Amino acid sequence: MSYRIKGNTGEWEVVIGLEVHAQVISNSKLFSGAATAFGAEPNHQVSLVDAAMPGMLPVLNKEVVAQGVRTGLGLRAKINMKSVFERKNYFYADLPQGYQISQFLEPIVGEGIITLDLDGGETRDVGIERMHLEQDAGKSIHDQHPTQSYIDLNRSGVALMEIVSRPDLRSPEEAGAYLRKLRSILRYLGTCDGNMDEGSMRADVNVSVRKPGEELGTRTETKNVNSIRFVQQSIEFEAKRQIKLIEDGEKIVQETRLFDPSTGTTRSMRSKEEAHDYRYFPDPDLLPLVLDPAWVEEIKKTIPELPDEKKARFIKDFGLSAYDAGILVADRDRAAFYEAVAEGRDAKLAANWVMGDYFGALNKSGLSLDASPVTAQQLGGLIGLISDDTISGRTAKEVFEAMWESGKDADVIVEEKGLKQISDTSAIEAAIDEIIANNPGQVEGYKGGNERLIGWFVGQTMKATGGKANPGMVNALLKKKLAE
Amino acid sequence: MSNLTHLTIADALAGMEKGDFTARELTEAHVKAVEETRGLNAYIVETPEIALKQADASDKRRASGEAGVMEGIPIAMKDLFCTEGTQTTAASHILEGFVPTYESTVSGNLWNAGAVMLGKSNLDQFAMGSANITSHFGNVINPWQREGSSAELTPGGSSGGSAATVAARAAMAATGTDTGGSIRQPAAFSGIVGLKPTYGRCSRWGVIAFASSLDQAGPMTRSVRDAAIMLEAMAGYDAKDSTSVNLPVPRYQDALTGDIRGLKVGIPREYRIDGTPVEIEKAWEQGIEWLRAAGAEPVEISLPHTKYALPTYYIIAPAECSSNLARYDGVRYGQRVEGRSLDDMYENTRAAGFGDEVKRRILIGTYVLSAGYYDAYYNKARQVRTLIANDFKKAYESVDVILTPTAPSPAFGIGEKMDDPIAMYLNDVFTVPASLAGLPGISIPSGLSSEGTPLGLQLLGRAFDEETLLRVAGVMEQAAGFSALPQLIAGGK
Amino acid sequence: MSVDKKTVAKIAKLARIRVDEAQQEALSGELNQILGWVEQLSELDTSGVEPMTSVVEMTQPLREDVVNDGGYVDRVTKNAPESAHGFYAVPKVVE
Ligand SMILES: [Mg+2]
Ligand SMILES: [Zn+2]
Repeated sequence: MSYRIKGNTGEWEVVIGLEVHAQVISNSKLFSGAATAFGAEPNHQVSLVDAAMPGMLPVLNKEVVAQGVRTGLGLRAKINMKSVFERKNYFYADLPQGYQISQFLEPIVGEGIITLDLDGGETRDVGIERMHLEQDAGKSIHDQHPTQSYIDLNRSGVALMEIVSRPDLRSPEEAGAYLRKLRSILRYLGTCDGNMDEGSMRADVNVSVRKPGEELGTRTETKNVNSIRFVQQSIEFEAKRQIKLIEDGEKIVQETRLFDPSTGTTRSMRSKEEAHDYRYFPDPDLLPLVLDPAWVEEIKKTIPELPDEKKARFIKDFGLSAYDAGILVADRDRAAFYEAVAEGRDAKLAANWVMGDYFGALNKSGLSLDASPVTAQQLGGLIGLISDDTISGRTAKEVFEAMWESGKDADVIVEEKGLKQISDTSAIEAAIDEIIANNPGQVEGYKGGNERLIGWFVGQTMKATGGKANPGMVNALLKKKLAE
Repeated sequence: MSNLTHLTIADALAGMEKGDFTARELTEAHVKAVEETRGLNAYIVETPEIALKQADASDKRRASGEAGVMEGIPIAMKDLFCTEGTQTTAASHILEGFVPTYESTVSGNLWNAGAVMLGKSNLDQFAMGSANITSHFGNVINPWQREGSSAELTPGGSSGGSAATVAARAAMAATGTDTGGSIRQPAAFSGIVGLKPTYGRCSRWGVIAFASSLDQAGPMTRSVRDAAIMLEAMAGYDAKDSTSVNLPVPRYQDALTGDIRGLKVGIPREYRIDGTPVEIEKAWEQGIEWLRAAGAEPVEISLPHTKYALPTYYIIAPAECSSNLARYDGVRYGQRVEGRSLDDMYENTRAAGFGDEVKRRILIGTYVLSAGYYDAYYNKARQVRTLIANDFKKAYESVDVILTPTAPSPAFGIGEKMDDPIAMYLNDVFTVPASLAGLPGISIPSGLSSEGTPLGLQLLGRAFDEETLLRVAGVMEQAAGFSALPQLIAGGK
Repeated sequence: MSVDKKTVAKIAKLARIRVDEAQQEALSGELNQILGWVEQLSELDTSGVEPMTSVVEMTQPLREDVVNDGGYVDRVTKNAPESAHGFYAVPKVVE
């Protein structure tokens, strides 16, 4: 079921690599003590260092290094015990130093792996080439003045992780799965909040096309795409554009492109047309970053159970399907919620409730997990009542709605509303006896071979017990009595 | 008190302590001397109001027993150090009008130690030059003249304004910065003491960068003891500079014991360079004799990669400067020349804002870092730099200090060597190797040339062993007994 | 390796320094002279020699992650040739 695009000359394969810039969660910037919080007034979170005032010098943030190491460990990647910060030299209005401090030849993190969770519970491994730390640039605002651009350096110097995948992705769907999985891992680790709308995660999308089995084609790089959907759109557009060009006998130019969300198209970036020559060299204001192995070990101990391990455990310990487990572990808080619900209860039933009614109610009300009116303990309580036959599954739905409304515990609502299921044999038997006595015609019909009438008897019994009779018991008892 | 401007720092501190004169009086005398020597063009900005205010504050501190190491001493601040509220230009047009909102660590250390700022001294633009002829604010004139000639000589560079004003008795001392010899060479040309500390000894925070891996601030004074006093005030660990080394600052004066018996003094064979004037060779021989006479043992050593130091330097320094100077783009500070587009504005601003030598070095640096040339030039130079540093490491296994001439000639005339950049670069042939190795060096006036202008000898030390360096320098200063005065001096000769 | 006028124009562009035609010739001469001189390094065999990154025999010091700087828009925009509403202003950029 591989993804192929049909052209005039046959089928084409799309080859995709992603470079994700993820903002590191830290209080202060990569090389300065200015704040990183989102949404401040222009140039209010700018130090003399961030504004590249003459004579200013960078000093590296320890927590950012730790976050980089955490991320590397989370990507099952090689941690480079020695890495070097280099300057990437280019001029731009929002790049105050005239260079970006980044890592080039010796990044802090080497090769790693991300396992994609595809539809139907399938997985696929995608290679990570490297991850390095670097400074973010400032922001240029072009629409405030007819002849000027405005520059805000609040982001200037904020720490980014650039996570570079191998060109292992083959479809927009896989690219989406990659980004979702990466975001999930970063959030588990607490190293990036993954908020693409706030720019905390942006992707540079490298796309090329080829006939299946042929050599890699020339790629284009679409810069700074800021949602998963846009990434997928840009891939599709770019692939089709390239196929058309090639089939029309033209050549793909290796270039930087820009995605326009309003049209779903990409276009060449005029300002970046000129040949790049970044003249990387080790930043002489900084020294080689050498990690203390003991410190890395300490960090390792703080790495939480990550989605892949958690998924495996959920499958093994809870007997969940790969698909269900994949959905449950995608978000760390939701996975924790599920575990709290399932604790000591029917894990599959818990999974159905969490993924079904519970997440459904959350979505419908637009609430986040921590603002939910029903806690994991409360939902667990409800599931407990189903399991011990106190209420039926059908009644449970009614109880759950009431819980969502009132925030009360399940047993309180069952008590208040008198929804307790009747599992008392004699009470059900009494009701059945009465129905049999009062409806000889139906009894005759059933005994004469019209077995479908059993449904009628069940309905009558449920009606007589106010819907609270245990349906399993009703069935069994009816069959026994009608056979007498 | 007519001779206040001829005192050393040590004597001035003693005089103020005894109550012979106040910091205000000392400062007034120097403010006047600065005015009298304006012809040297040693200052870009004079700051007499600040000086007098600081002097009054200093007198109060001394009265209340809180005198610092440099209490009440009027100095010139090289205009490469950012000074809060006072224009800082690096002698460039592009930074003309730039008034920092912050104080460099080293200048701040000096003010905290009680020093008084007479002004911002002139220099080669962005510290690039060895003759102080690349300043946007004009050449600095050496107060020394050749015998029987009034031709203007260069004070050397890049710390030329600092050297000239100290030599002319208009400032008791001055700060310098040394990237490839910019403290030591002008000190030699101007007949004063110039000390480049070990890289990492003085903070670079707030010092306008030329070549970050080489730049180092240091004192320029009229005696070795003064250099020791001033270095103590300037030096120290600074967490804001990642290359600052966290070592305690000694009381450097205590190193001046006068006893160098048994010390081994390396005489590098490769510093005997063809074409060096005989009198430079002779001054060097004389220096060797002085140290031998004082009980030290001269030892011939080899620093085999010496001849590659200058070309190495002229790859590394331009490479770093091409990047360090990218921030001067007309956006956040300094001069701007408008353009139709952003790139246009950049190109106009930088074409108008930088002088020829600065442009030349930026272009060289851009070239040697660019794709296809990086390995042949920049990386190669970094490898040779390793070899040069290893040469010194090996030498210091057998010697304690190294003695060499400071410069291959005495001060030359302004206008000479101007059209040949490489001839100009050769001025630093003796100073650059130690810069590449990050080692401390000091230039001491050793006598006069046949033209009647000063000659300097250079001592190089082990990393962070400024004390031994000062100890030997003190002995040499004694032996040399240099007391000649320049012609263009405050109050007249 | 020789720097022709075209190369001068290219590196001047990279360095964002306007160099007009007339200056290109002179600069190419000067740069060639300097580059020819520094090229003497090529006679040295440096195979296996570690390129020096810093003369300080230290590794990178690390700072605690605390907010203790910034928050002074006036200090960072005070020297700006042009600013508006707390922003720096530059000629309009077309991407
Ligand atoms: Mg990229
Ligand atoms: Zn990047």
